[in-house]
Amino acid sequence: MFGIPDPAIWLAMICCIIGALICTVYGAMHWNSDSDSAVLEPDDVKWAEEEKKIDGEL
Amino acid sequence: MGGMHGFLLTGAAVPMGVLLVVTAVYVLVIGYLGFRGYKTTKTSTDYLLAGRNIHPYVMAMSYGATFISTSAIVGFGGVAANLGMGLLWLVFLNIFVGIFIAFAVFGKRTRRMGRNLDAHTFPEFLGRRFQSRFIQMFVAAVIFILMPLYAAAVLRGGAEFIKATFAIDLGVATFIFALIVVAYVVAGGLRGVMFTDALQGTIMVAGMLILLVMTYAKVGGFTGGHEALTALAPQMPENLQKGGMVGWTAMPKFGSPIWYSLVTTIILGVGIGVLAQPQLAVRFMTVKSGRELNRAVMVGGLFILIIPGVAYTVGALSNVYFWQMEGKVAIDAAGGNVDQVIPMYINAAMPGWFVVLFMLTLLSAAMSTMSSQFHTMGTSIGRDIFEEGIRKGRDKGVQSILVTRIGIIVAFAVTLVLALWMPGSIVAAATAVFFGVAAAAFLPTFVGCLFTRRITKAGAIAGMTSGFGFAIIWLAFVHAKNAERLGICQLLFDKPALGAYPWSVLDPLVVALPLSILATVIVSLMTKAPDDAHLDRCMAGVGRAKQAASS
Repeated sequence: MFGIPDPAIWLAMICCIIGALICTVYGAMHWNSDSDSAVLEPDDVKWAEEEKKIDGEL
Repeated sequence: MGGMHGFLLTGAAVPMGVLLVVTAVYVLVIGYLGFRGYKTTKTSTDYLLAGRNIHPYVMAMSYGATFISTSAIVGFGGVAANLGMGLLWLVFLNIFVGIFIAFAVFGKRTRRMGRNLDAHTFPEFLGRRFQSRFIQMFVAAVIFILMPLYAAAVLRGGAEFIKATFAIDLGVATFIFALIVVAYVVAGGLRGVMFTDALQGTIMVAGMLILLVMTYAKVGGFTGGHEALTALAPQMPENLQKGGMVGWTAMPKFGSPIWYSLVTTIILGVGIGVLAQPQLAVRFMTVKSGRELNRAVMVGGLFILIIPGVAYTVGALSNVYFWQMEGKVAIDAAGGNVDQVIPMYINAAMPGWFVVLFMLTLLSAAMSTMSSQFHTMGTSIGRDIFEEGIRKGRDKGVQSILVTRIGIIVAFAVTLVLALWMPGSIVAAATAVFFGVAAAAFLPTFVGCLFTRRITKAGAIAGMTSGFGFAIIWLAFVHAKNAERLGICQLLFDKPALGAYPWSVLDPLVVALPLSILATVIVSLMTKAPDDAHLDRCMAGVGRAKQAASS
């Protein structure tokens, strides 16, 4: 297939494309879905404050 | 316009001035975007909210840019010129394991647990999860010692391209590339900002897609190009044939030395090793919500397909081009150095404007990767080793900032020396060593701490130290190629390596990872389970425990 005689190679090519398609479909289906993104939790804010401090140090 | 026209026609002979001006403008734009991004995120809430009303395209491209480095494009692309399209299995594993499993499964758990533990670095994450300063220090030390090898591979990847483009000395090329990266880091800060990453991602995708189309056009089309490459099999260099290669469009002979090294080192070491990458785990912790991880799966999958996927395909097909033009296969055209294959091919086969675009592609790939590498090394030395290990968590402040900065400078110096000192054909090999050792040392503990409550502090320490120790011993004494490069075995035993075939071609990961898993499990079972209160805190909201915790 595709001018490639060894199935182990064209299979790899197809697997890459199917893998990327699965990722695309998964990402599209869950684009907006996540329970913990709706609200900003206190530990998120606390975490971000510390993170900014570390970035400042660097 | 006349000058412009001139360089378009002359193909590879891009005047250095043109390239320098384009590069300077690029670095300035990136620096400006970085500065603007920094200015607009004033409070932590700004920082957290920054991603929420941003255009999905910007977000998508910014994820993509951080996945790929010059090492994947130049290093592994060059390896594909020798080992052929079997390398596409690495692309598949990178997509399926490195993106899908990593983000959809590991990512969410890591993010939640990282928040529960208020962890900001990978060593801190493991240290707090197992309530062990030793673990935090050990992980940080391993990162600080080993990551310069990976950073050096990235630097070298870019330098090899500059060397081929200007026909200058590799040392000078390394300095030029390092200077540009440093200018970016100083101007834009260590942490990539969404807009800079997005610009870099766009350049990378455009560059690689154009490269793919133009390459197939040059070698006779999609099917035609593959047929030409298949027909070239009898020209496979003798040493590769002896190693087990039968063609560029076929897997090497099962059980041959090249088969072992392709499957164990490249496909498993890098493909599975990607799960235990400290700089990736940190990315899971820094994303603003679980939603972002879902989106990253889509973009990441496509990015891996487009960038390394194209690099490996083009690397293999470059044999057809060089054979048609020079009557040589790619590795011979590149003077025996696999790291020169992609740079030589771009310069020989592509028009001048593309050489400039590709230069920016590589710069983008190097900058985004190196900034996260230096971020990881800097926090390892400053936060994990100095603050937690040496000062035992007391008195954080001016001193720790100083230590972090000195740490980054030392790490950069080591990286530069390594990049200058490493032999040819090294970019992919050095990357694989880092991925393999990181996986052997961290993977069992990382998986264990995310998915079970039964791994104990002693188990984690046993697994990590044995995995790391064994991987290093294997590299230094058994794995023939690496032992030879290091020379320690020669010094102590008067032999380049001690391993017999097939051990001598097996990646350390294949031996050290099972050992490390065994040590983690056995020692954990022999020791008392960690206390429930701590585990409940770690696991709150992680995986299924979420419903239980909220009800």
